[in-house]
Order: sequence, then C-alpha cells, then structure tokens
Amino acid sequence: MKAWRFFLPLAIFLAFLGVAAWQLTQPKDEFVHSAFIGKPMPQFAMRAAAADRPGLALADLKDGKPKLLNIWASWCVPCAAEAPQLAALKAQGAPIVGVAIRDRPEDVAAFLSRYGNPFDRIGADDLSQLQLAIGSSGVPETFVVDGNGVIRYQHIGDIRASQVPMILEKLREAGQ
Amino acid sequence: MIAELGLAALWLAAALAALQLVAGFLAVRQNAPVGEGELALLVRPAAVVQGVLCAFAFAMLIWLFARTDLSVKLVAMNSHSMKPLVFKIAGAWGNHEGSMLLWVTVMSAAGALIALIERRLPERTMQATLAAQGFVALGFYAFLLFSSNPFERLPVPALEGNGLNPLLQDIGLAFHPPTLYLGYVGLSVAFSFAVGALLTRSVTPDFARAMRPWVLGAWIFLTVGITAGSYWAYYELGWGGWWFWDPVENASLMPWLAATALLHSASVLAARDALRAWTIMLGVVAFSMSMVGTFLVRSGILTSVHAFAVDPERGAFILILLAIYIGGALAVFGLRASTISEGERFALVSREGALVVNNVLLSAILGVVLLGTLYPLLTEAMGVRVSVGPPYFDPASAIFALPMLLVMAAGPLLRWRRDRLQRVGSPLLLAGLVALAGLVVASAWASPGLLPLLGLALGAGLAVASLLPLRGRNLRRLPLATLGMVVAHFGIAVALIGMASDSAFSEERLAALKVGDTAAVGPWKVTLQAVSPVAGPNWNALEGVMAASYAGGEPVLLTPQARTFWAPPQETTESALDTRWNGQLYAVLGKAADGERWQVRLWWKPFVTLIWFGGLLIALGGVLALLGRVAGDLKRRAIRRKGAARRAEVAA
Repeated sequence: MKAWRFFLPLAIFLAFLGVAAWQLTQPKDEFVHSAFIGKPMPQFAMRAAAADRPGLALADLKDGKPKLLNIWASWCVPCAAEAPQLAALKAQGAPIVGVAIRDRPEDVAAFLSRYGNPFDRIGADDLSQLQLAIGSSGVPETFVVDGNGVIRYQHIGDIRASQVPMILEKLREAGQ
Repeated sequence: MIAELGLAALWLAAALAALQLVAGFLAVRQNAPVGEGELALLVRPAAVVQGVLCAFAFAMLIWLFARTDLSVKLVAMNSHSMKPLVFKIAGAWGNHEGSMLLWVTVMSAAGALIALIERRLPERTMQATLAAQGFVALGFYAFLLFSSNPFERLPVPALEGNGLNPLLQDIGLAFHPPTLYLGYVGLSVAFSFAVGALLTRSVTPDFARAMRPWVLGAWIFLTVGITAGSYWAYYELGWGGWWFWDPVENASLMPWLAATALLHSASVLAARDALRAWTIMLGVVAFSMSMVGTFLVRSGILTSVHAFAVDPERGAFILILLAIYIGGALAVFGLRASTISEGERFALVSREGALVVNNVLLSAILGVVLLGTLYPLLTEAMGVRVSVGPPYFDPASAIFALPMLLVMAAGPLLRWRRDRLQRVGSPLLLAGLVALAGLVVASAWASPGLLPLLGLALGAGLAVASLLPLRGRNLRRLPLATLGMVVAHFGIAVALIGMASDSAFSEERLAALKVGDTAAVGPWKVTLQAVSPVAGPNWNALEGVMAASYAGGEPVLLTPQARTFWAPPQETTESALDTRWNGQLYAVLGKAADGERWQVRLWWKPFVTLIWFGGLLIALGGVLALLGRVAGDLKRRAIRRKGAARRAEVAA
C-alpha cells in the first residue's frame, strides 16, 4: 500500500475545483456569432411585397452602397416593437431594404401604415427561401450588407434603442 | 410574524449546529470516556433539537405559501393567489431558497434520527459523526441565512405574485425534488459516518452495518426520484425521449451510481470485513457527487434545459462549501487511509470478487458520466465550446455497463471468500441460452442497432439469472434482504429491456393534419377529430381530440393540449398517452401549420413503460432490503435487552 495513492482523489478534486473556480469568475459570452459574416448574398429576385415599394433582387444590393437588410413580418410582434428603431436608423441616413416573410400584401400594407415604412424596397419571401439561405432562423433579424452584396454583420432579434449606434457603426465599417 | 418565527428558528438551529460541531470535536479530541466529558453529553441533544427547529422553520415556510403571504419576497416571486392549493404548497420548494431550506430540514431530521437511535458504534465515533453532520449543516445554514434567505420580506407587499413556472405546475413536481433531496441528504449521513469512522480509526463491520440503512434509504429515494424525473420529462416536455444526458439529469444519476457502488462495498465490509478504505472513499465520493450536482445546477456554470434560478454568487458559495467539505474529507482520507489495515483477503472468483468488479465498473461509468458532464467546462476554459450528448454517453457508458451486467448475472450465485466457476456453470448456461434466444428473436423482429440488440439479449438473460439465487431455497425462510436483491436485479433487467426496446422498435410520425385526416404510426391509425379551446384554473389551451385505433380495433380518445399559462406567460405541451400492455402511443399537438392544418407528432413506443416499471422494481427491492435490515436490527436489540434483563435478574 503506497500512501500517495490515497491522495489521488484529493488531487483530482483539487483540479476540478481549480477549473470550476476559474470558470466561475470568467464573464460568460452567451452571444452566438454568425457563420455567414463575410459570405456573399445568394442569387435571388423577389416580387414586391407592398404596392408602393419595388421588390428586391441581388442586383439591388450590389449598387456599391452598404445597406441594412431587415427580415420581418407583419404577423411578428417584436417587429412592431422594432419599428421606432428602424425609423431612427432611417432618419440618421441608413438605407434599409426589407424582406417580408410569409406575408400577405394587405397585411403588409396595414402594418406599414400603422408602424411607418422605413424601407426603400420590400421583397416578399413567401417560403422563407432567402431567409434560410442566409442563416436567419427567426424574425426580426437585420443584416448589414456591403456594396458588393457581402454580409458583414447579422443581428438576431429586434434592435433595441441602445443598439442603434452600434448598428450605424457596423454600417459605416461596411462602407469602408 | 410567521416569517420572523421561521427565521428565528433557523438562526437557533444554526447555533445548535455550531454547538454540535464544537462539542463533538472537543469530545473526540479529549478522548474522554463516555459520560465524563460534559460537552460530549450535549452532542446528541443538540442534534435532536436542531432537527426540530429546522422542521419548524420549514413548516412556517409552507404556511406562508399556503396563505400566499405576498409581503414575503419568495412567495411573491414564486406563487400566485389563483393557483390550486397543492401547487401553492409545492411552490414552497419549487425555487432555490425553499429547496435549500428543504435540504437542511431533511439533513437535520436525519441527524436527529441518528442521534436518537444509533447506539451500535463506539460513542467516540458517534460524536465524530455528529460533529461532521453539524459541520456540513452549518455551511448550509450560512448559505441560507447569508445568501438565500427564504423569509426575506418585501418593503411593500406585492399586489399579486409572479406565479410558478408552468412546466413545474404538475403533480410530479410536488414529489420529484423532495424525493431526490431525501436521497442526496441520506448520502450526507453516509458521508458523516465515513468521516467519523476515519477520524476515530474505527472502520469496522459495525460501521458498515450502521451506515448501510442510510445508504439504502438514500439509494431508494434516488432511484424513485430519477425514475419519476425521467417519466416527468417524458410526458411533460413533449419530446418523446425519457433520458437526455442533460447536466441536471446527470447530477442525479452520478450520486445514484456512487450510492449503488457504496451499497455493494458496504455489504462486503459488513459481511466479510474487507474493502475498508474503498468503502470510506465511496462514502465521501457519493456525497461529493450530490454536492457537485447541486453546484453545477445552481451556479449556471453549465447550460441546461432545467432553468433554475441561476446565480454565480450562489455558485461561488456552494463551491466554497464543496471545497471545505469534500476537500477536507479527501485530505483526511489521504492522511488516514494508509493507517486503516487492509482487511480480509479473498479470491477473485468469489462473491467479494464479483462485487469488486461491480464496484470498479460502476465507478468507471461514474467517471464516464462525470467526464462527459464536466468536459464542456474543461474545453470552455480553453476557449472551445462543445456540448456532449448521447453519441458520447451511450457507447461510453455501455462499454462498462455491459460487462457489469454480465458479472451481475453471475455474482449473486457465487459463495463468499472462494468459489469455482464450474459450480455455477449450469444455471449460467441457462441464462446464456435465454440471452441467445432473445438475440435471435429481436434481430428477426426488426433490425435494430448493435447496442439495443445487445441490451435486449442481456436483459432477457439477466431477467432469468437474477431469479436463480432463489433456486433450491425455502421461499418462506428467505431473508428479506436477499429477496430485495433479487427483486432489484430483476428490475434492472426489466428496465434494460424497456430501454433497448424503446430505441430498437420506436416509430415516429410527424404529420400536418386537417380535422378529419388520419395518420398511421406502427399498428395505430390516429384520426384528428376536432381542435377546440379549453380553459383551466390558470391556463387556457387548444385541445386536439384524436381517435386512435390499435390494429383496427375499437378507437380510444386522446386529448393532447397546447397550453398557454398566463401567470407567468408561457406555453407548454401536454402530451396524451395511451398505455397498452405492449407499449405506449404518445401524441403531441403542435402549432397550426396554416389556416386549417395542425402539426401532430405521434410515436408508437413498444414496451417503453418497462423502463419506469423496472425503476420502481429496483426501488421496491431496496425497500425490501431496508425492511429486512431494520427488522433484523430490531430483533437483535430485543434479544440483547432480554439478555440484559435476565442477567440483572440473576445478579439480583
């Protein structure tokens, strides 16, 4: 019987204790980083979702100017909550294009007349094809797309008032 | 006033725990003979009164919840005046503070019980044991009083409570956590016994006999708790699975594995005075597993589907307690274990040999589960995020579980000390043939994967082998403990067949049905007849009415619901089950797919109920063994009393 063997459990326990204590003091990064940053937008062309705005195609994104691409739907409650932030972004000069997910023209029109229309163009994504192709799993989500149609940032969930400057900064970075 | 009474009782109980620790420690240090050291006389009464005070505090908390006293923060945060009374009461422990109070209540009650009745061990060992028990309790009192006070008042009473998490508004919750806690806390008693025996260097068969009922009791509650928790997850979460290798599930499985190993090694120590250091070590490990589990769950250091009130500060507190108790106990173990002499020797082919193999393999499974649970923690420290799931746990635990089950088939047939395999050859051959037949039948029926196939074959063989110890015995004179072992081992075989059958033969169907449409799954045809709203006391729901007919027979009505609770707002699914002797139909109503179609998820799970039936059999085996041990102990006490009375008569 070697005496040191009886200290083995203690050594293992101390190792666990060290890792756990260190881990407990670390700030927890719960943010999911998008795998689509740096990827080009796929080829697409969508009909107009509203009567007073044109539809959206890949060519519209490749006009040299960075844009915000907002994925939303008239049936989505957080999208309504997000509307003031989109209006604020628009007022500060951010070009915004919209993609309406699984929506009807009359519902889109009702939503826009109620909450305002910050969009230059709105495409209708009736089967979530574009949404799934660019790695978006819910509404609302906002992508920063640079002038060459490359995704530079993905924001999951509604934009909060405090996040407006951050989004503007991402848009400015995409323009450089 | 009620809250203040509870808080005062809690402070007094903490003071008594401190007294119990100091008095017990000094008594052991002074090495005073029984009755001479005055401090030593205080230890047992302190433990008893502490238990009474703590139970009083817990009763006050239940009273507060039953009355929905919204001036108490915990009640306002976790209850609601419109909730049914049973869930109001269950709400008392359906939250962090209340469950911690339940924990110390059960622990102090256990301490009071050993102080009252346990007289077999040397008094010094008992004092050291009760001092250790007081030490552990003191840490939890500090945790409660300084970091999680359940009796805290709000400055202004709330108008209405927040409600209880709807997933937990289920009769299962009323019993599942308390059951597991009884198990965890029973292991704290085993821990105290182990520390007491180690400090006074008296690791004897008597120590194993004194500890065994507590381990057995803890193990029964853990078994029932895990079985009930598994069934709750199965029908309440609506995913159709019964075990997810979630950190919280693992947190309950690991103490069970350790307790199972401890139970068997304590039997060796009690019967043959062997495996002394190993038994002590398992006593420490079993309790550390319940504390590590509590830490992982409460600190939020691992992400789990169980959304507990997670708080890094509380995590740090539990980690410090863990460091003191487990680190301390393992340090004492390191220092003292080499001074415990080795104990009796035995041959490899013997009852002890089989039990040692069982212990080593159980510990290996424990290691596999522990590693898988902690691995994300390790890699995250190196900056990589992973989640470990069934692809690791299933095969890695099976590698050790399958040989363990083989040894389990043979072990109970062997004799103590030394035996020959040839002696038990023919009964084992019978079990092997049954296993082979199971293998052939199962692979002819369907083509399941390797693991389920092996599981079915082993389950069949084991079911036969577990009954073989009854061969040639007079059933009426069979000791209850032996019967308990047979029943528990048979339960393992039954549960194993259920698990293997579920993964081998389950059929799943996801369909979008209009009202009037029919979907088929396995031998079932299920017709969606209607979807209509229904209202409950604090929820409303969409209820699907489905007519399910088995192999063209008379249809049964199933009514799965998609419930929406309004306090707090949350959606849950209530699955609907139809249980037949040969399996379960499991139906879940999902969202509306479009205007008129509904997502419906159906499973046909042959023999899945055997999993929980087996779990209950295992627990029943434990109950029989416990009854046998306690009855035997009472009989011995009565004989001793009679003997003493006779001696007194003779002397007079």
